[in-house]
Amino acid sequence: MTALLDTIPYARFLDLRTKRDGDILTVVMPFADHLIGNPMLPALHGGSTAAMLELTAIAQVALVWPRLRLPRPITVTTAYLRSGKPRDVHARARISRAGRRVAHVLAEAWQDDPAQPIASLTAHFSLDNNRDLHS
Amino acid sequence: MSDPFLTNILPQLASVAAHTHSLGFRYEGVEGDRVRLRTPWRADLVGDPETEVFAGGLVTAMLDHVGGLAVWVALGKYAPIATLDLRIDYMRAARPRVDLLSEARCYKLTRTIGFVRAWAFEDDPADPVAAAQATYVINASDAGATGASLKAEGDAA
Repeated sequence: MTALLDTIPYARFLDLRTKRDGDILTVVMPFADHLIGNPMLPALHGGSTAAMLELTAIAQVALVWPRLRLPRPITVTTAYLRSGKPRDVHARARISRAGRRVAHVLAEAWQDDPAQPIASLTAHFSLDNNRDLHS
Repeated sequence: MSDPFLTNILPQLASVAAHTHSLGFRYEGVEGDRVRLRTPWRADLVGDPETEVFAGGLVTAMLDHVGGLAVWVALGKYAPIATLDLRIDYMRAARPRVDLLSEARCYKLTRTIGFVRAWAFEDDPADPVAAAQATYVINASDAGATGASLKAEGDAA
């Protein structure tokens, strides 16, 4: 189960590493040049940090609430709190509520200090095995 | 009359950075205040190997970026910007193994903030895969310094 992110191509593209401590996952995105969005600062692209947070949330939900299919995002909101430095990023997610069909998750990403997050995510995921919205 | 910012600079801003380049973003053009990007489908950008659909993270990165382009279109020039907040609603699953397009519009610009709506779709903007509402800080060069000033730099190894 810890290897879930290893099976997701986009997580491999970001080279995400998972550490598991009981039911809590910590995901690490090692710094790589292809994560840079602003070469002048330099700073990580917000898209790489947000994608990493979303995948952390997906992995955490899938770990605690295993389903046949992966959780699907319904709404995802990312707040960018600090510029991402060209260094490793760490993230952890907390499930605020998981019902039969929908889970709500909060996640934060940080670099040197967990008390100084660079981005925070709040999201709802669909847990339906056969989600086919509006079609 | 052609504006050199729109014809020369903006297409470069679409994919010149390492991340956008590695995701394969392609500039598709600007029409009025709307700007478009395309991401050609690629197997390594998939979010669920069972469905072969683009990852949510790719949709996020593209909407974040096309929204920034829309702010520059509204400004009529390049200025340092940083995404402040980005909300994405996923309305339906994307189609497998198909390019994704995105379009964004900066519908309000203040001295410091750009307010943007953006959406992602395969061929019809009226049938979006996802829609975004985002805000960008303009002249954001000191945005990182706000956080940095809370704690002396260098005391965390």
